[in-house]
Amino acid sequence: MLAFILRRLMQSIGVLFAMSLLVFIGVYAIGNPVDILVNPNADQQDIARAIAELGLDQPLHLQYWQFLSNALSGDLGRSFSTGIPALELIFQRMPATLELAAVSMLIAIALGIPLGLYAGLRPSSRLSKAIMAGSILGFSLPTFWVGLMLIMVFSVWLGWLPPTGRGDTVELFGVPVSFLTLDGWSHLLMPATNLALFNLALLVRLTRAGTREVMLQDYIRFARAKGLSDGRIVGVHVLKNILIPIVTIVGLEFGSVIAFAVVTESIFAWPGMGKLLIDSINQLDRPVIVAYVLLIVLMFVLINLVVDVLYSLLDPRIRLADAGGAR
Amino acid sequence: MPSMRRAIATAALLLAAATCLSTLPATTARAQELTIGLSAAITSMDPHFHNLSPNNNVMEHLYETLVAKDGSYRLRPGLAESWRTIDELTWEFRLRKGVRFHDGTEFTAADVVASLRRAPSVPKSPSSFGIYTRQIAEVQVVDPFTLRIRTKTPYPLLPNDLSTIYVVSAKHEKASTEDFNAGRAVNGTGPWRFVRWQLDDRIELARNEAYWGPKPAWERVVLRILAKDPTRVAALLAGDVRAIENVPTADIARLALNKELTLARGISNRFIYLHMDSARDRSPFVADATGKPLDRNPLKDVRVRRAMSMAINRQAIADKVMEGAAVPTGQLLPPGLFGHVPGLRPPAFDPDGARRLLAEAGYPDGFTITLHAPNDRYVNDEQVAQAVAGMLSKVGIRTRVEAMPSAVFFSRANNLEFSFLLAGWGAATGEASSSLRSLLSTFDREKGLGVSNRGRYSNPKVDQLTDRGLATMNDAAREKLFQAATEAAMADVGLIPLYHQVGVWGMRRGVGYSARTDEATWAHEFRLEK
Repeated sequence: MLAFILRRLMQSIGVLFAMSLLVFIGVYAIGNPVDILVNPNADQQDIARAIAELGLDQPLHLQYWQFLSNALSGDLGRSFSTGIPALELIFQRMPATLELAAVSMLIAIALGIPLGLYAGLRPSSRLSKAIMAGSILGFSLPTFWVGLMLIMVFSVWLGWLPPTGRGDTVELFGVPVSFLTLDGWSHLLMPATNLALFNLALLVRLTRAGTREVMLQDYIRFARAKGLSDGRIVGVHVLKNILIPIVTIVGLEFGSVIAFAVVTESIFAWPGMGKLLIDSINQLDRPVIVAYVLLIVLMFVLINLVVDVLYSLLDPRIRLADAGGAR
Repeated sequence: MPSMRRAIATAALLLAAATCLSTLPATTARAQELTIGLSAAITSMDPHFHNLSPNNNVMEHLYETLVAKDGSYRLRPGLAESWRTIDELTWEFRLRKGVRFHDGTEFTAADVVASLRRAPSVPKSPSSFGIYTRQIAEVQVVDPFTLRIRTKTPYPLLPNDLSTIYVVSAKHEKASTEDFNAGRAVNGTGPWRFVRWQLDDRIELARNEAYWGPKPAWERVVLRILAKDPTRVAALLAGDVRAIENVPTADIARLALNKELTLARGISNRFIYLHMDSARDRSPFVADATGKPLDRNPLKDVRVRRAMSMAINRQAIADKVMEGAAVPTGQLLPPGLFGHVPGLRPPAFDPDGARRLLAEAGYPDGFTITLHAPNDRYVNDEQVAQAVAGMLSKVGIRTRVEAMPSAVFFSRANNLEFSFLLAGWGAATGEASSSLRSLLSTFDREKGLGVSNRGRYSNPKVDQLTDRGLATMNDAAREKLFQAATEAAMADVGLIPLYHQVGVWGMRRGVGYSARTDEATWAHEFRLEK
């Protein structure tokens, strides 16, 4: 297993290298950051100074070489627009996004799997049909619209929840978190729900489909014939057997929720890192874009690794091996 | 058995319901605290790092300049009580006595000297303040409260330039941008003290009780960054913030009806204009009626440019597309600013006249052109471009709009890749030379002229008048020259001005604000009302 993990990490270095090159060339092709960053009143002399100050007067391959040699010592460069190291910028925002993503995944799991189970166990009940109809809405309503509606209803009309921001934070091991204060929760609830809706719907459908399929299996019938309680059948035999696709989806979705929470973060003015990415792209702030993309690639590599390890724990028949090998 | 299954299903549902339970907040804003929603993030707490309007807007809370400007850009005493010219090159500034920095040290001439040294030389600055200190040859301290500044050439705009340089205390001259970002070095003389800055989220300020000027009405201020338009409006409606800037045009009518809210509107110094490639013999995006590239560039002909200006119904754009948040204009500055030409109006909307002019210029069938515009830079920029295109097409100039993010647009526009473009300009110094130099002067790298002249318009008369104005120390004579330059450029249609934006602020009842021409949102100018 250790060899497997090491080999996986080695492969990811190649991916990181390719990604950094792609982003470098991509941003270069879009435009010159100085055209955005410089004050419109600056004259030619000052524009030339800014270009030199940001190192953009060098040819692209030299800029990339400079980046690579700095990256090896852990320095991914400083943001063009703020002068703050790109990694520092990202790590400053990361706790907010991780918290939002984690709470939204928890909501999705804690609601999605029970609702899906219910709908799978009693497919013809009226409630199940309502759940399934609701899940279609969860899929198809655009996030930004739902977010705005939530704000309209709960903040503007009812005045129950604050519409924007993160609220009071408390330091937990030096990291500011919202979920330990009441005010923090009131700020967290709407954006997390908004972010959870899609995955909630996904999990409901996945769980229901899995449950219905597994309920027809011989081993369920056998277990029932053996006189096992319903609780044990559902809790052990059904749940464990439907969990593999669910774990995969939860893992991958957790990654994308972290990386692409940007719509929700923008609407609720949540100071997370998704907003940072969009702002950086709008300003062609290359060091931040590169660092962000590299970090996200790394995160997906790790999540996939965790998912693979979880597989082998859930199903002893699965052995960890590389993609080419037997699975 | 079925009952057991039902129990499990019910338990599953209960679990789901339990997750839904919410907590209710009970946060109400205290009377002495003001939270304002701003529309753009700032990039640094270093007042000399990035010459960018959102940054400068926040810096105005913490720092002051020698020369201050009021809501209509008129210069007034700031940290300098008075100033005068001694000869053509030398200015004397008398500094205000009894002003203290937030840390208690007294403000003297040494702080000004240090700030003038620091402002142009911050490392890694993406846009420096050097453009405003470049004319300074020498700074001489006569006594702790008298300062003489010599310029390289006769330079009447020195007070305007100094109105942009924030004065930091001398002991922080060598402080790094990191020191400022961490708050360690934030030490100004302004009406607010620094409390906390969270990038892209909020700036928290506390009233400077030792401020020499009028005290703000609020003890604490939180400036929240709410970049998304609907979010900012929702925050105001929900009472999460008590004031916002840049009310989106689509919401103005609705908010004006809301009894809980008041709106403040004022014309802005920013104007939206069209620039035409009037220099090249062949222009990349101009073609004849069939789409074949034209051999000669019709935009070089002043009759064609005038016809385009006449074909545009500015009032309709202001009323319909901008929902009233725009004032049609035929020149560079709104009324009241230095260099505005009284009575200079845009040509009347006259599509028939435009068609006649086009025929006279040799284009009875018109031509085809692409109008390039940003789609995330100015209020309703893409929609305005579409409206202009529709109006031009009606007189035979078939216009296609290509809108793009400003990250792409400005690079391409500066590389002269376009034939016809829509852009905006805010006169940062609050007087005409800013627009004349950048937009209408002949492009000249050495002299620093025509930087944003993306049509490469060139008119010796405009150049000469602008040049003379920039060297004329007498205010009245200089204004006359700038007015003459503006008139010459407008008669020659060097660019087509469309309208001035109207800035709109929204406040909860009990908070008042007077709109500023420079679009600035200053917490200390918000009033507590009944």
